Amino acid sequence: MKFSENWLRTRVNPDLSSDELGHLLTMAGLEVEEMAAVAPVFNDVVIAEVLEVVKHPDADRLNVCQVNVGEVEPLTIVCGAANVAVGIRVPCARIGAVLPGDFRIKQAKVRGIASFGMLCSNKELGIEIADAVNGLWILPTDAPVGTSLRQYLELDDKLFTLKLTPNRSDCSGMAGIAREVAALTGSPLLPLDMAIQAVATAEKLPVRVDDQQACPLYCGRLVRGVDAAASTPVWMVRRLERSGLRTINAVVDITNYVMLELGQPMHAFDAAKLSGGITVRHAHKDETLILLNDQSVVLDETVLVIADEARPLALAGIMGGQGSGVETDTQDVFLEAAFFHPDAIAGRARRFGLATDSSFRFERGVDFASTRQVLERATQLLVEICGGCVGEIGEVRGQMPAREPISLRCSRIARVLGITLQSGQIAELLTRLKFEFVMSGEVFSVTPPSFRFDLSIEADLIEEVARVYGYDNIPATAPQAALTMLPYSESQRPLSRLMQTLVARDYQEIVSYAFVDEQIERDLSGNDAPVALQNPIASNLAVMRSSLIGGLVGALRFNLNRKQSRVRLFEIGACFAKVDGSYQQTQRLSGIAYGGLYGEQWGVAARGVDFYDVKADLEALFAPQTVCFVAATHPALHPGRSAKVMLDGKSVGWIGELHPHWQQEYDLPQAGVWFEVEFDALTRSRVPRMSEIAKFLPVRRDLAVLVEDSVTAQSLLDAMRDTAAPFVHEVILFDVYRGKGVEQGKKSLAFRVLLQDTQKTLTDFEIEPSIAQLVSALNKCGAQLRM
Amino acid sequence: MEQLQQILDQALQQFAVISDEAELEQVKARYLGKDGSLTGLLKGLGKLSAEERPAAGARINQVKQAIEAALQQRRDALAQAKLAEKLAAESLDVTLPGRGMGAGGLHPVTLTLQRIEHLFHSLGFAVSSGPEIEHDFYNFTALNIPDNHPARAMHDTFYIDPQHVLRTHTSPVQVRYMEANQPPLKIISPGRVYRVDSDATHSPMFHQVEGLWVDEEVSFANLKGVVQDFLQRFFEQDDLRVRFRPSFFPFTEPSAEMDMSWKGGWLEIGGCGMVHPNVLKHVNIDSEKYLGFAFGLGVERLAMLRYGVNDLRQFYESDLRFLKQFN
Repeated sequence: MKFSENWLRTRVNPDLSSDELGHLLTMAGLEVEEMAAVAPVFNDVVIAEVLEVVKHPDADRLNVCQVNVGEVEPLTIVCGAANVAVGIRVPCARIGAVLPGDFRIKQAKVRGIASFGMLCSNKELGIEIADAVNGLWILPTDAPVGTSLRQYLELDDKLFTLKLTPNRSDCSGMAGIAREVAALTGSPLLPLDMAIQAVATAEKLPVRVDDQQACPLYCGRLVRGVDAAASTPVWMVRRLERSGLRTINAVVDITNYVMLELGQPMHAFDAAKLSGGITVRHAHKDETLILLNDQSVVLDETVLVIADEARPLALAGIMGGQGSGVETDTQDVFLEAAFFHPDAIAGRARRFGLATDSSFRFERGVDFASTRQVLERATQLLVEICGGCVGEIGEVRGQMPAREPISLRCSRIARVLGITLQSGQIAELLTRLKFEFVMSGEVFSVTPPSFRFDLSIEADLIEEVARVYGYDNIPATAPQAALTMLPYSESQRPLSRLMQTLVARDYQEIVSYAFVDEQIERDLSGNDAPVALQNPIASNLAVMRSSLIGGLVGALRFNLNRKQSRVRLFEIGACFAKVDGSYQQTQRLSGIAYGGLYGEQWGVAARGVDFYDVKADLEALFAPQTVCFVAATHPALHPGRSAKVMLDGKSVGWIGELHPHWQQEYDLPQAGVWFEVEFDALTRSRVPRMSEIAKFLPVRRDLAVLVEDSVTAQSLLDAMRDTAAPFVHEVILFDVYRGKGVEQGKKSLAFRVLLQDTQKTLTDFEIEPSIAQLVSALNKCGAQLRM
Repeated sequence: MEQLQQILDQALQQFAVISDEAELEQVKARYLGKDGSLTGLLKGLGKLSAEERPAAGARINQVKQAIEAALQQRRDALAQAKLAEKLAAESLDVTLPGRGMGAGGLHPVTLTLQRIEHLFHSLGFAVSSGPEIEHDFYNFTALNIPDNHPARAMHDTFYIDPQHVLRTHTSPVQVRYMEANQPPLKIISPGRVYRVDSDATHSPMFHQVEGLWVDEEVSFANLKGVVQDFLQRFFEQDDLRVRFRPSFFPFTEPSAEMDMSWKGGWLEIGGCGMVHPNVLKHVNIDSEKYLGFAFGLGVERLAMLRYGVNDLRQFYESDLRFLKQFN
């Protein structure tokens, strides 16, 4: 809601500056989003009439003008504007004037001729006007010569823009804002110059309302013989423009003006274009209507229309249709003022992609007690401006919204707000709000006014009391409650610790959008059916990610393009999939390592990060849980360098080098290693439990074996573990060798076996059977002990 | 006697100029060895009378001890010198950079969330979370935003299907938590939220923290107290001013917008209010017995103010030159 401060002050004029008024409104919940001067500061600019224009003797493009500024002697002014002409009225900055940009007007000689001021364009005065031309700002021929331009155009005014919350539709008209300011300041509400026009004819257009629930009140009247071509008065145009509305024609301007003034949208039909009476009904299925904005809409039964006998004329409470509106040649007008129930309007405009001044008000609720008054007001203005013969008001009235009294307890106010207000204070606040109430003990019974649709329960009234009392006047106090500690599980690892592990291993956290390009999902996750958005913000952000890989690869590329050569990133976020008709949302942790294992540094041979480096990072993340890795293929990964991450026999993630194909596709000079694991699998932990430290030293035996390249280390480790050979405490792989001395296609693996007994130090004799068992297991896997 | 003094002087003189450990041991033998001059004198004691012997013996021993002491001193000095030479040879250029893996860092939004969680944790708030693809019911209806309510238009919602949206706020977690737990309740719920909006000051995805406290006696004044306390602690500014102005959220009544003083003006920092009785009714909490307050804070806004970030979009660009500034 945008309005002129001067207009507001004609209805209520508290002793407050513009800034104070703005603050008052903001602190009452009517946020002033913007407050702007109508015109920049300038002075000494008056309306002048050009009396004579003579070519400058020494300059082709200049004219020497005599202008009347309302004084005895005309002023001589040299003017360069092409549109200067005898008889026009224009703004004239006199000697001493200061124009925007600190432009000072002094007496000057222009090519030898003394000039006593400057004739101005609107640009020079810093004012935007609708029909601006190049050159001087030509004012109406009746503009009073000698009068200050600021005064004539009422430029000493401010434009307030309110950001109205949906509950405060009562302030979508000047009357409501004035009422609010009066309640907040105690300043009296100044009366509106309202007059009821005498009815000249009993003629009425028949009106039928099919759904009186949706339209509890419909008022209409015919006004015949109007001059729709009459010009809209300057004061009205000014108020409309300062509220952001264009002037259209006098009749439409009047309906718009009344809407701004009283907050109730109206509509005017050209009576000659109607066939038969008016019906307020639900649209028929697939009925079409071309709206005033040229949009064609296909309707259905959920939409209310205003129709005549032949066709729908308007979307009720939203927008008029073409072919029935008032044009400048209209002679007979049918004025409509109705109360449409918010439920019958809400959401309908949005369905057609519309948001109109009318739907804005109706879906939030307009004052149902003022419908007739609104119609009278429009009639008064219509007759004053366009003339006409006024017909009787036709009214169809159904069940109006009920206004049940609401109980408001003083004790509840104290509990909710945390302050104690005396009942007298509360009564005063309610009175200022113009709420009707009766008091009984500590309970007020308050009947909400017809213009408030947001008051239905006690809490609503408590907010009103707090609002007018002033939120600022409620102290900020610390709550009092029982002190109890929060649970703190040690078998769950907090997110922060997992993140810290990655940070310590040189990964940088990123946050990327959860929606990605469909192509990314197909390429990197092999996902042909991602969860799609119905209304994406862009086509490359149209589907929900099923993996974090897209964001990481995107971020990697972004940084490579900015001359970074080593990039290590991670992200934690939800991944989405539709499974059996429901949406699965899994938190995952994912990372990518690209470039050198270490940053470039002295004394360390440069080496690219590889699968095993990142595997170690993953193992560190999972510790103390141990995970194993099973070779498997993934659409994004090199088929020979990728694995599933297994925890307790269940797949919980992936690790691998990016597939050379995608490396090429995404312009990556090197491959990079990516991993992704389910977050829940990481957070599991255990409460440590101490076990006795062995008193005797372990015995170490190394076993080096030759085995086919295709045999995995894990299979040998598993085979040895499965023997459950006595005393074997730990087996670790400590060397892998291929090359000289090892046959092509084979590799040498070296294991360190630690054997231990809790009772004594083991002898060679005692460990031999265990070693034999391990060797036998290795042999079964095709591994031969190296001699 | 003179002979003894001579031996001693000579030994001390010789030791002082020797700079080699082996040579020192050789010279030592000339005095204390089997054929050493002092050893010779000791052997000669037997030729003396029983009366003379003790005194002469004591004198020789004195000289012997003096020589041994001097010898040890010289040995030590030589060892010291040798060690010093070795250490000097081993010295490093300590100004060379340290080697190994560097450290990464957390995203500024995460740093901000951690600060928020820590501060509220200190007041006993637990952390709760909820789904990002949210059922229309939890995102709107249960929060007292029925179909067609104009407030839905305020939300610029991403739709997945007619029943599912990307949650437009973290408030649905309130409802889910209240469904599953009995008062008193005290939670915050941080997370990603989504709105159809994208420019320098709006991102289609951003973070919010929702706070909820339901108990028998919590008031609007307490809400003001908690939020003000939080903002003052978060910005480490005891005199930070916080202002509450009436606003509208369907799920709180009374509702307020929270502003904080910043560079001479006011900055919107989030919305809050007393939990609407209809919301409590949805989850079967008796609104006569229990009161609650809820607030929602914009995490990016807090991060921007705290760290001087001027363009919201930088948070999601993943530019290492930006991110590493927070390490």
